Amino acid sequence: MFAESSELALRQLAAALREQLAPAEQFVLHLTGEASIFTRFNGGLVRQSGAVQDARYQLHFFRDGKTCWRNFAGGEDQVPPIASILEDLRQEIDLLAPDPYAVLPKVAQTSRHSQTGQFPTDPAAILEATTGLDFTGLYACGTVVRGYADSAGSEHWFSAETFTLDYSLFDSEGRAVKGTYAGSHWQAAEYQRQIAASRQQLAQMQRSLKSIERGQYRTYLAPAAVADLVGMLSWGGISEADLQQGQSALALLRDGRQLSPLLSLQEDFQGGLVPSFNDHGEIAPVQLSLIDRGQLVNTLVNARTAQEYDRVSNGANSSESLRAPSLATGQLTREQILPELGTGLYLSNLHYLNWSDRPTGRITGMTRYACFWVEDGEVVAPIGNLRFDASLYDFWGANLLAVTDFAEYVAAVDSYGGRSLGGDLVPGMLVKDFTYTL
Amino acid sequence: MQNIIANSPVQPEQLDALLADLPITADWVGLRWVKEVDDLRSMRDGLPQSNGRTINQGIMVEVLVDGQMGYGATNSLSTAGIGKAAQLAYQQAVNAKAYGLHRSQPRPTVVGQYRTAAQVDRQSAGTINELMSEICQQLKVADSIVQTRVMINQRTIESFYVSSNGSHIYQQVSLLVSDFGATAQSGNITQTRSNGGLSSHCFQGGWDYFQTADLWARVERIGRQAVELLTAEECPTTTTTLVLDPDQMLLQIHESIGHPLEIDRILGDERNYAGGSFVRPTDFGHLVYGSPLMNVTFDPTISDEFASYGFDDSGTPATKEYLIKEGKLLRGLGGADSQARSDLPGVACSRSCDWNRAPIDRMANINLEPGNSSLDEIIGSIELGIYMESNRSWSIDDRRHKFQFGCEYAKLIENGRLTKTLRDPNYRDVTPKFWGNLIAVGNADTWRTYGSPYCGKGEPNQMIWVGHGSPVAAFANVEVFGGS
Repeated sequence: MFAESSELALRQLAAALREQLAPAEQFVLHLTGEASIFTRFNGGLVRQSGAVQDARYQLHFFRDGKTCWRNFAGGEDQVPPIASILEDLRQEIDLLAPDPYAVLPKVAQTSRHSQTGQFPTDPAAILEATTGLDFTGLYACGTVVRGYADSAGSEHWFSAETFTLDYSLFDSEGRAVKGTYAGSHWQAAEYQRQIAASRQQLAQMQRSLKSIERGQYRTYLAPAAVADLVGMLSWGGISEADLQQGQSALALLRDGRQLSPLLSLQEDFQGGLVPSFNDHGEIAPVQLSLIDRGQLVNTLVNARTAQEYDRVSNGANSSESLRAPSLATGQLTREQILPELGTGLYLSNLHYLNWSDRPTGRITGMTRYACFWVEDGEVVAPIGNLRFDASLYDFWGANLLAVTDFAEYVAAVDSYGGRSLGGDLVPGMLVKDFTYTL
Repeated sequence: MQNIIANSPVQPEQLDALLADLPITADWVGLRWVKEVDDLRSMRDGLPQSNGRTINQGIMVEVLVDGQMGYGATNSLSTAGIGKAAQLAYQQAVNAKAYGLHRSQPRPTVVGQYRTAAQVDRQSAGTINELMSEICQQLKVADSIVQTRVMINQRTIESFYVSSNGSHIYQQVSLLVSDFGATAQSGNITQTRSNGGLSSHCFQGGWDYFQTADLWARVERIGRQAVELLTAEECPTTTTTLVLDPDQMLLQIHESIGHPLEIDRILGDERNYAGGSFVRPTDFGHLVYGSPLMNVTFDPTISDEFASYGFDDSGTPATKEYLIKEGKLLRGLGGADSQARSDLPGVACSRSCDWNRAPIDRMANINLEPGNSSLDEIIGSIELGIYMESNRSWSIDDRRHKFQFGCEYAKLIENGRLTKTLRDPNYRDVTPKFWGNLIAVGNADTWRTYGSPYCGKGEPNQMIWVGHGSPVAAFANVEVFGGS
């Protein structure tokens, strides 16, 4: 219902805009929206629960080589006052300087993706599996929509009915494990299996914390931890504009430095979990290799950057961030992880990452949740949280020893402004000499 | 469909009438309407990057049923749209009441209003763009400057809160956020200098807070310092006395005092996302958080500080309170719900970032109160140390213990004087030890206010604006280090 009415409203608004434009004027219109239910848990009980229906348009207006925009509410029964919005934009654009890199709509393209789902909306369905557990987290479910239309006639639509359950289980000493269950169709048996597995993992934490001295350790990074590291590439990493403007941690790769041949990263939209159209109405290639066996072969380039730096756009979004990252798997089997780690640290999750020295690719952050000290291939004890500070040129370079032969889908659970879509498909990694500083 | 509250400002009679006509019967109902008008303009290298306005308005209906609160939020502002939100809120409360963590009570009846004290004006798009272009030109003090940038953001947020037991609160805040900076490059060395770190110039007020008398001096200094950093020595790796400028103290206070004192974190609400706290409920009134020089307040009453307000989003009147006095922890950052759940003293800090998010415990203005030392006295008392300005990197663990910060610019302190410029300065420490080593606090002459529009927390996530005022402060025995 929400998706259908939003799609209709977008088309009607785009049609009205096309009618009201003067010949020298052009527009690009985006719609972002959701009809979601959020239930927040603490201690196995409901802390807060609510429903949000939110639809917002962003209208970019172009004339005489200049551009400006307005954001305003949309939605099922909202008819935006488009004539007055256009008049406001016309008045403002006269006051602005030309924008030589403004990306004007040129070619009419269309795409449509609509995915239905089925999932519970009642907290009872979540809590039936968590009896006796200190269960905390957020269950979010509902419809997420993204739409695009422009004055050249392009129209793109994406809607998905999805759920994400992002949770932690704690014991009485504050030790915790993390889990995520996400998808479009809720499978009660699968959910119960996952909670049971988390419960078992928490039981493994029931040993005294081992204090680890700062230093360098052989380290296994589980897929969720790898996803956090990959996420840093969306912030001063893989963006062509950032490289051109001296803001990228990958500048050394552009200058010829190479990472490990075990590392290959691509954007892969085959899963259909995120829109493949971008803010300019371009469709991204289904697959785009970015790092191939350690070599930077492509960066993310949007049409604006392409114009400014004489590059070819590959359909990247406005921030040239990763939307559907996929890291290649390797040879390390699940059974080999602990024996190959030998003595060192097993990290399930990381926390609060930031560049500590971006030009040299150095990242700092914390360990979090189920992280263990391992000796001779045997888990000895959970560890207290450690701070790491290490360069990607080391841990994805000569220090990368092995990549697992399986990958896990780490769903995006962020909800700043609205629910995120998609996630990362990433394997685990074994590295040597990972540096811990505090 | 009648769009009943599209024309701002909303009149109280409209919300009262809405409240009376909602298609639900509950123990208590609150309506919180929010409208934000947000102008964002930016330039890079003298060319426009963004010029636009967001008009964002919506309404949250909060419903209490048998002790359980549920909410429904919508920006479909018709009678039907708001009625649907109320029904969804009611359903959420009914579904959750068998599993409620805390039995909520109707919120108290409060009537009042608050407006930003300063006269607020908005400049035209043309005027702002001309000024931004001039700033970009002035930042480029040398050919080695490879990028200049400037951003100016003016926001006006109106909210109206009414409840079934007679509350009427109107608030209007006007916020100004700005940032500018320059990046210099020489060979493989790149250095960026900005106006106090990431979007730290945050005020409640109008244009006067951007176009200050010292604007052009700051612009020139930032360009010059970006170039200066290219040939500066790396910050040494050592343990020394660290002096922090207020523009770095803002994040130090935020991460290692503000967040750990949030009572909802202490109660475990945030353990799955932002994290918990090393502070325990039993610590209030007892814990020695830092040295006796440490006096920290929650103060939403400073007229031009970024996160001032008259009432929080649960309707509690806002007052200044000491969180830490002479180093001892007195009070946490917990709104009415958290105070009831924990039986701890709190403050009026139950805040939501928008109409579509429920209030939770947030910082507002968290300030380190001034001490007695002048800047010259502090620097003059240090034989060997490092002075750092302007945050560029931040990270802290989920219980707010182990932190690491990086800054843009530093000076070596030798024999009581600021000497060499240092690049890539970083420091790391553990919260109680660090604050225990607070050895000097600057006087009111060194006190400045900053803020951030980017404080993230909550599930679903909320990004909210916070203010931090601080004098210069000095800390003994801190690990400092440089780049690779």
